[in-house]
Amino acid sequence: MSNLSFNVKEFLKKASMAYGVSGHEFYNAASVVEEAMTGLVDEIRRDPLHNIIGYRKGDGEGPRPKVMLAGHMDEIGLLVKKIEERGFLRVTGIGVDPRVLPGHEVIVYGRRPLTGLVGVKPPHLIAPENAMKAQKMEDLFIDLGLPEEEVRKLVRVGDVVTYKRQVTELQGDVLSGKSMDDRAGVGVILVCLDELRKYKVPADVYGVATTQEEVGLRGATVATYGIKPDIGIAIDVCHAETPGVPEWRTSQLGKGPAIATGGNIHPKVFQGLKKAAEELGIPVQTEVAPGPTGTDAWAMQVSGEGVATGLVSIPLRYMHTSVETLSVGDVEKAGRLLAKFIAACDEAFVKELTTWN
Amino acid sequence: MELRELTSLVGVSGNEDEVRRAIMRELEAMGVSYETDTMGNIIARKGDKGPRLMVDAHMDEVGLIIVHIEKSGFLRFYPIGVPAAVLPSKRVLVGKDKVPGVIGAKAIHLQERRERDSVIPVDQLTIDIGAKSKEEAERKVKVGDYAVFDTEYEELSPGIIKAKALDDRVGCALLLELLKEPWENVQVYAVFSTQEELGIRGAKVASYRVNPDMGIALEGTVCADIPGTDPEGYATQIGKGAVLSVMDRGTITHKGMLNQLVKLATENQIPFQYREATSGGNDAMAIHQARAGCPVAAISVPCRYIHSPFSVMSMADFEAARKLLIAFVKSVEGGFRP
Amino acid sequence: MKTLLTKLTEAYGPSGSEGPVRELIRKEVEPYVDEIRVDALGNLICLKKGTGGKKVLLDAHMDEIGLMVTHIDKDGFLRYGTIGGVNPFISLGQRVYFENGTFGVIGSERVDDPKDLKTEKLFVDIGAKNKEEASAKVKVGDSAAFFQPAVCLGSRFVAKALDDRAACAVLIETLKRVGETAHDIYAVFATQEEVGLRGARVAAFGIEPDVGIAIDVTRTGDTPKSITMDVSLGAGAAIKVKDSSLICTPALRDYMVKMAQEKGIRYQMEVLEAGGTDSGAIQMTKAGIPAGVISIPCRYIHSPCEMVDLDDVEECVKLTVALCQSPLEF
Repeated sequence: MSNLSFNVKEFLKKASMAYGVSGHEFYNAASVVEEAMTGLVDEIRRDPLHNIIGYRKGDGEGPRPKVMLAGHMDEIGLLVKKIEERGFLRVTGIGVDPRVLPGHEVIVYGRRPLTGLVGVKPPHLIAPENAMKAQKMEDLFIDLGLPEEEVRKLVRVGDVVTYKRQVTELQGDVLSGKSMDDRAGVGVILVCLDELRKYKVPADVYGVATTQEEVGLRGATVATYGIKPDIGIAIDVCHAETPGVPEWRTSQLGKGPAIATGGNIHPKVFQGLKKAAEELGIPVQTEVAPGPTGTDAWAMQVSGEGVATGLVSIPLRYMHTSVETLSVGDVEKAGRLLAKFIAACDEAFVKELTTWN
Repeated sequence: MELRELTSLVGVSGNEDEVRRAIMRELEAMGVSYETDTMGNIIARKGDKGPRLMVDAHMDEVGLIIVHIEKSGFLRFYPIGVPAAVLPSKRVLVGKDKVPGVIGAKAIHLQERRERDSVIPVDQLTIDIGAKSKEEAERKVKVGDYAVFDTEYEELSPGIIKAKALDDRVGCALLLELLKEPWENVQVYAVFSTQEELGIRGAKVASYRVNPDMGIALEGTVCADIPGTDPEGYATQIGKGAVLSVMDRGTITHKGMLNQLVKLATENQIPFQYREATSGGNDAMAIHQARAGCPVAAISVPCRYIHSPFSVMSMADFEAARKLLIAFVKSVEGGFRP
Repeated sequence: MKTLLTKLTEAYGPSGSEGPVRELIRKEVEPYVDEIRVDALGNLICLKKGTGGKKVLLDAHMDEIGLMVTHIDKDGFLRYGTIGGVNPFISLGQRVYFENGTFGVIGSERVDDPKDLKTEKLFVDIGAKNKEEASAKVKVGDSAAFFQPAVCLGSRFVAKALDDRAACAVLIETLKRVGETAHDIYAVFATQEEVGLRGARVAAFGIEPDVGIAIDVTRTGDTPKSITMDVSLGAGAAIKVKDSSLICTPALRDYMVKMAQEKGIRYQMEVLEAGGTDSGAIQMTKAGIPAGVISIPCRYIHSPCEMVDLDDVEECVKLTVALCQSPLEF
């Protein structure tokens, strides 16, 4: 199936282990993305919020319609807010559920990366009635195993912290690791850019690895304003089946990407994406979002004079943990379907987007 | 177009098709030019010179969206703007074909004692269209379809109207009334916006495009002059006239515009009242923060029971709002600047 | 500085009614700037022209938290809605005043369990005996600010509205001291920050600066069993890393730290977990603007007795001036 110019699984593994907490994507994640994007686009630039914007010129006479693809490259993480006596670190969360932290290994990006441990009181010393009480972020601390003076030399207030997690290859094409939300989305954009080589593309395509999605869709807000696309598709992750969650609330892993419908989505873009999937014989699932989709699509839709938005999601289990789990095949399918969709984004289609009857 | 027709049209936030179509036809019949955008807003214009005055009403209403069809044929849904408490035991119309359905509730005989103390949560409710299987249901409706309450427009007593979606079809009606007047020295941008109930979405895009010098939002607003509420909690009262907002979660009304509205109402003996609440929000929130900003105010009609299957208003209040709106726009035409 | 701070903090200006404090600030800055205008949302925008450098937006908000009257009952008591973050516990027993000078006190309905105290149970008593008497003095829609005279406690200064009049003082002082600069300095005294960064949002859109720096107060972690925060009164100007409205552009933040170190300005690093500032809106203007914040450490924010250290205020002025005079290449 795959005759892509790059290995999707290898990219996902590399991207997952790259680090770039919201606002700090330029540390490392951004260059991993930029490197992978080179060769697939004509130009790459960064904007004031460090979004990586890859521009791929369309075919035929200008001016051409503009399609923007957005996958966010920031990951959730922590930020050091105080160095305590004896060198323990107090942290604030950037999108992290504190309940996954006790007992987790982390990396503190001080003067150099340092291994840290989110310490826990041993169960023997916890009163039975408190055993099931979740600890709040305020109560957690990181132990670097270093004396206080060393810590103060190597770490400052404001330094970022990520999960320490290798990628795990599970059965079949299932991968598990941190930051699949939403480096998988960036992966989809790369697949799409690669696939576009097969088609005559009537539109200019902007593949954007956005920043700061987890703290308020901030990268996408400014990137969209700068690009002024006619169509904006966000690629993110959605909840795949999980024990304890009613089935009708989730999508299924390995059954193809989910395409969203609802107020945040332009009906003709939704139809166009479904049509592209049908034409390629790619299985897709429908995701209904009554209001905000919680993705960059929410920001793109109301930029400037309006953008016709769509959302393609990769089913993913255990979102916002360090063991986010997905199927590589879903990522490839999503990329191929987007390329097919974009190949049909001509002037006539764009005109339809502001026509209602 | 009368309120009877306007309120009967179906247009839940996210799919305002039917309402938009009807308003477009009405504007064409009136000879008023308009444009539409990616959000589905209608931006109509009347008047060639003078300041750009944006007057806005939202076309969308609260309702439900179908998220899943069970094997048994029941429809699972999410509410859009509707609190769970008003859902059980109601009739709805689903999808473009307005397929009738009912939101059943577990019979009280089958409930446990402690269940009776709580509002039935949404995930315990389904819409029943009478289908006996998923296949049968899918012949009539699909996932992603919207549903509205099946409420008939009725005049309960002279001038007292019951209907669904008075929030904000009263605003749409006022806007159409405004467009009936001749406007020359003020550029009236009449915006029929979408998805207000999802977070002031259509108006954000429309106001960026219009780039107004000032704006007025028209709403069907909260009215709680009912038993169990103290006077300080009424917000507005039926029969006391056009409602002027002072502040809500999204906007602090511009003092200059508010003073002008009060002055015009007093001079013209138009009954008015203040919106005595600071909760809620409306399209003014987006309008006044568009681009480099502009002064805004809101004129509303009190409607009891909004965000439920029905609402109640008084035509006398509607008439007061209409007169005040027209008087205000005339004053802008005559040189008023906030 | 003490006189300026006293004048500024005692001025009236809840969000949406900033008129009086705007006029006061205008008089202070007029001799030091080239152009002044007031925009559609009441922002006071002062331009000090440079010699062809960058467009720098410096922001301090003029508005303070307060109350707006929503209802006058038959006995002359006023019910209200809050303007900005007003905590009912801190409101009880406080004095408030309206633009026309009317005074009131905040009272409460009977509340048996302190946990039940909410804004809906409070009211303002202006000493009126009935609705008519009250209506002669105030009407629905009128706003009130908390009343509290400023007081100096050694190097500490206590007043209402140090959030954010302390920053207005820093900005005014900066304009007085900065002299010739390469950059065009847009000093924006913004409105309606407390209700959602609204003034700054539209002002930044109109100006479209190359870089934006807001000056605002921040909390401290130096009071008994306080929140965990590495900011203390007296430890210098706080350079913000992040708050709930923005992650300060790291390159700009590092530049600010370098500047402080080079000039021997005392500084501390700040992470604020709950609370936003105008830079949150400035950063998101149009296609994005590098943004940072200089924070004035302040105890008891959003109470009538906010407290800052005058030395910290001075360090903030020094840092702001130094940044204006620097190339701002980062």
